[in-house]
Amino acid sequence: MNRPIRRIAFVLGLLLVALVINVTVIQVFLARDYRDRAGNQRILLQEYDRERGPILVGPDPVARSKETGDTLTYQRMYSNGPLYASVTGFYSLVYGATGLERTENSILTGKSSLFVVDRVQQLFAGRQPHGGAVTTTINARAQAAAFNAMKGKRGAVVAIEPSTGRILASVQSPSFDPNLLSSHDPAAIRDYYNALTADPNKPLLNRPIVALNPPGSTFKLVTTAAALESGQYTPDSVLPGPATYLLPNSTKELHNWNGKACGTKGQVTLRQALALSCNTAFAWLGVQLGDAALRDQARKMGFDSAFQIPLRVATSHFPDILDPAQTALAAIGQYDVRATALEMAMVGAAIGNGGVLMNPYLVQEVRGPGLAVLQTTDPSTFGTALTTANAATLTDMMVNVVDKGTGTNGRIGGVKVAGKTGTAQTGNDNPAVAWFVSFAPALRPKVAVAVVVEDAGAAEVSGNGLAAPVARAVMQAVLN
Amino acid sequence: MSRSVASPSPPQPTRRLWELLLLVFAWLIGLLGFLQVQWANGEGASAQLWVTVTVVGVLALVSHGVVQWKARYADPIILPLATLLTMLGLIMIYRLDVAAAHKAEINGNPLPSPDVYAQLTWFTVAVILFIAVLFVVRDHRTLQRYTYTLGLLGLVLLVLPLAPFVGTTINGATLWLRVGGFSFQPAEAAKILLTIFFAGYLVEKRDSLALVRTNVMGVGLPRGKDLGPILIAWGVSLAILVLENDLGTSMLFFGLFVCMLYIATQRRSWLILGGLLFLVGAVLSYVLVSHVRIRVTVWLDPWTYSDTSGFQIVQSLFGLANGGMLGSGLGRGFPNLVPFANTDFIISALGEELGVTGLVALLLVYALLIERGLRTAVSVKDAFGQLLAAGLSIVLALQVFVIVGGVTRLIPLTGLTTPFLSYGGSSLVANWVIVALLLRISDRARRPDIATPAADDALTQVVRRL
Repeated sequence: MNRPIRRIAFVLGLLLVALVINVTVIQVFLARDYRDRAGNQRILLQEYDRERGPILVGPDPVARSKETGDTLTYQRMYSNGPLYASVTGFYSLVYGATGLERTENSILTGKSSLFVVDRVQQLFAGRQPHGGAVTTTINARAQAAAFNAMKGKRGAVVAIEPSTGRILASVQSPSFDPNLLSSHDPAAIRDYYNALTADPNKPLLNRPIVALNPPGSTFKLVTTAAALESGQYTPDSVLPGPATYLLPNSTKELHNWNGKACGTKGQVTLRQALALSCNTAFAWLGVQLGDAALRDQARKMGFDSAFQIPLRVATSHFPDILDPAQTALAAIGQYDVRATALEMAMVGAAIGNGGVLMNPYLVQEVRGPGLAVLQTTDPSTFGTALTTANAATLTDMMVNVVDKGTGTNGRIGGVKVAGKTGTAQTGNDNPAVAWFVSFAPALRPKVAVAVVVEDAGAAEVSGNGLAAPVARAVMQAVLN
Repeated sequence: MSRSVASPSPPQPTRRLWELLLLVFAWLIGLLGFLQVQWANGEGASAQLWVTVTVVGVLALVSHGVVQWKARYADPIILPLATLLTMLGLIMIYRLDVAAAHKAEINGNPLPSPDVYAQLTWFTVAVILFIAVLFVVRDHRTLQRYTYTLGLLGLVLLVLPLAPFVGTTINGATLWLRVGGFSFQPAEAAKILLTIFFAGYLVEKRDSLALVRTNVMGVGLPRGKDLGPILIAWGVSLAILVLENDLGTSMLFFGLFVCMLYIATQRRSWLILGGLLFLVGAVLSYVLVSHVRIRVTVWLDPWTYSDTSGFQIVQSLFGLANGGMLGSGLGRGFPNLVPFANTDFIISALGEELGVTGLVALLLVYALLIERGLRTAVSVKDAFGQLLAAGLSIVLALQVFVIVGGVTRLIPLTGLTTPFLSYGGSSLVANWVIVALLLRISDRARRPDIATPAADDALTQVVRRL
């Protein structure tokens, strides 16, 4: 009977081969296809099975993962969700991730190469990799001050530490609650997301770094810097400042915001022109300097450069080719000049920092799962925007704006504040955009702030009336 | 298979030391597996782990001691292989316990009682039965005397789930007995009893069954009146399928019978006939039994039914795919997403966490075990022993193929337990009884038995009374 047994053994061997081939096909060749199939929760579970690292503001986690009872082990929780939404972004089952949740994903999940040592340890311990922690540069008090001051307004606030480029505050208004997008209930997430996208105020828009608005009169800081850097102008240089300015080669007239001539007999010094935010004087000055000088100065202050903080910042723009009429408008921050709140804060920071513009950044340090600091962001220089002397001169002129000019609402008792108001038309019928760019203290500033309020009134006063108090609140929060 | 002279065999090495070393090796592999689950869990080694590992170690030593005592010449590899498989099963059951406990903890539910302890208890029972078999069955040929008694008992066990009061339907298949608080799958015991029956019966009848009446295209056909047994086996298998909804057991028994018939008679015609009957049965049941139709439909296209009847197999495939080449590592995959992960789908759970590498290694352990069984069949001198050893090995092989092939979608899915691995007492105990019987037969095969002349001619064999 041995022969049939051997034959049966041979057939059973064939069955074994069939099983081996079959599992190999499934686990090796079809594995990728199966992983991507609808209904396979494993990829998602793997992501949600790891304890995602926290995002910290100072010592406090503003985003952290909490263990839940459902199939997705961890849920992302945001303490004060709307306050930090512009920084953290959200981490959604349905819509993916935004903000630091997206840019720092490899650190938060623990997959970054920074964690090689930790991973080896975890491998030997057989443990699930834990995520690393991301500490932001945000100053909790400045952020809260900006957020509260912006309540009921539509716009953005960015505060920077001029000497380093650290972003102290980044606030969007209106904001959203990332908790509601990061829940484990897809239907509720979709409902909330649809409501947010349907909202005309666009609460999902990360306005501080993404919304591009004409900077209006705050751009006069750039124009003034260009004038000082040209060596042909001092604060005492006298400019024509009539009530209306006929744009070159055009029939269009440019008006001052109050419809009046600036200074006595339409003659005004550069210092006065800035303090009064004299459109006609700056339009004339822009034409005198030429678009190349303005563009050059703007670019030295960060225009037309792509920044990643590490969130991708919309590129602020100074137009490439301008005729004299367009140059005149660009000199007062109109025509096609567009800037983010971050960019205008950088303009203020560069002036306050003795002319040196630092690259802005939002991540202070990265810590491993064991909380050891693995990486610290060192401040880096973007470039020199203007000479130290000219920066001091311009600072002085900006202090004058707050003390005696259009920016009186930026005043803080006992501290010298340098600032500049702005109001810009975004189109023929669109409501104006109010701006305030400032830094304090004027000497060796600790904070530079840009505030933009969309949907403001039409008058120049709106920069002072709407935006300056917000900036003041943020500066006070940092200084106190 | 005939030996001319019953000469005294030279003294055979018993190789028990090898068995011990291999047992220790198997136990160490198991220990590492348990520790890996624990490390992945991120907590210190639990009491459950040490209790389980210790009990398995003690049981392995005791079974080794009994083999040393009662079956000195037995094959030294079979026991370590069975121990390794049982321990791998315990690891996965423990790992799924950990997942279940974790989930309960987060949800604030009471902790479920650990399945690993239940399985450990069953393992203890299995080893006790293993020892009992080695003690009681001093010579496998004794079993031949009870051929018909055991056959009848096996048949009764098979149909018992249909009986009122004790029979229970679980998950659609009526293959359970519930007595008191215990449920029991009689088919697992029946498979041993019927293998003994087939062996005894075929040894008796093989000469007439081997007779050739006509030759058709070089294949000798059996006589019409000899068709009875195979038709009865076929009928019983179909009855199990229709009445108990148990496709796996049905295929297992028919396949076993045909294989043993072929071995006993050496007539390929029985294989061909068996194959034809299988095909007829398959077509018939596909047409007539909705349960079979669903299985086949889902097998051909599980994705269309991935939320309903194909859910299990699709989840199983997802698990396997997640395992990939090397697996997620024990304790680091999601085998708990697959329904019945610690019983029917324990193979996909292991495949997910050990990868194709681990799964193929596991299949090779089975292959090795079955190979040792078949080797025993080839080397034992009496026909009954040959048929019994071959039958037990084949039933193990077919069961592994049907369940592994099922959960990996090689063949339609049927609900058989995975030998040694699956959570569940009946299956574990039955398979350890098979191990005991194989060891008994292999001991017989290698024993230098001077006193007993080789009883190689089964037809004229005199069965000694104990």
